[in-house]
Amino acid sequence: MIRGLAILLVFQSLGEVLSGLLRGAVPGPVVGMVLLFIFLVLRKSIGESISTAADGLLSHLSIFFIPAAVGVMLYAGALAQSSLAWMLAILLSTIGAIATTALVLRMLSRPTAADKT
Amino acid sequence: MKNRQNLPVGLDTLAEIWVYLSATPLFGLTLTLVAYVVADSLYQRSQKHPLANPVLIAVAIIITVLMLTGTSYESYFKGAQFVHFLLGTATVALAIPLARLWKELAERAIPLLVAMLAGATVSVVVAVGIARLFDAPEIMVASLLPKSVTAPIAMGIAAQIGGSPTLAAVFAVTTGIVGALVATPLLNLLGVRDWSQRGFSVGVAAHGIGTARAYSVDPRAGAYASLGMGLHALLGAITLPWVARFIV
Repeated sequence: MIRGLAILLVFQSLGEVLSGLLRGAVPGPVVGMVLLFIFLVLRKSIGESISTAADGLLSHLSIFFIPAAVGVMLYAGALAQSSLAWMLAILLSTIGAIATTALVLRMLSRPTAADKT
Repeated sequence: MKNRQNLPVGLDTLAEIWVYLSATPLFGLTLTLVAYVVADSLYQRSQKHPLANPVLIAVAIIITVLMLTGTSYESYFKGAQFVHFLLGTATVALAIPLARLWKELAERAIPLLVAMLAGATVSVVVAVGIARLFDAPEIMVASLLPKSVTAPIAMGIAAQIGGSPTLAAVFAVTTGIVGALVATPLLNLLGVRDWSQRGFSVGVAAHGIGTARAYSVDPRAGAYASLGMGLHALLGAITLPWVARFIV
């Protein structure tokens, strides 16, 4: 678990370094994710400690968004203006994006056995 | 100092302890974890009903407590930053479910990329179109444009194209919550049953919070959601600043 966490932090750090070299065009954690993915695919095995650490973090992924989301309270005033505009824009574009992605993917996919629910 | 003399001893000590506690990181950290535990147990007890979204409930609890106690976001964040920091580590950890699915993903690369491009385009066009229709201020339009991309990237893009990073973060988080709320009924309505299609579409449209929702429903949906989020993050960071030149 700690070993796995250490590996994740090493890749997060590598991601931050590379992101800095790219002048922050892509955030460090996303670069770190890509680097770790490439590393794992090349190594051809994932390893138990890193699996345990990752599954532990990902099974409660929601909690990590909470501190940033509480920041909404700072913008209550600004958001009250044109509230109908941004609420409708977000609601309809999100519905549109989910529906479009799912339907296009279904159209282009052959049914696979693993996906029968 | 004078007022203290008038307080009963118990209250005086309690007030002192409160002043101490609310100034340490312990307060924000504890509040975040307790609010999440309460929100998550409600979510589990409701059989993971989308309306019982744990992020939404926890944020409501925390804002209520902060307002009742007159605590600023800044002093709350002193403690909450430790949880916030791990968001980066959790993002890196998304590589593991992707690596487990590697062979399957490589075979489906083209359908996945095409579907992601289609969804990302609809997201931008509809969001900007509606904001324009309602004559929203330009800064709001530019902050809405990247809202389906994960929050840290959306903030960077907004700053580059004349939006506000903070508004962009608020819109990205709201999009994530909306996506987590509407995905299940919407996909049922469309008759999309395949976990890979359900998860991928939520990841593309509603990034991390949508991915968290997908994970809680099915691990395969979660893995595809993190793929959708990751691909959209990479594509968005590279192309959206350029796209914005034509429409904002």
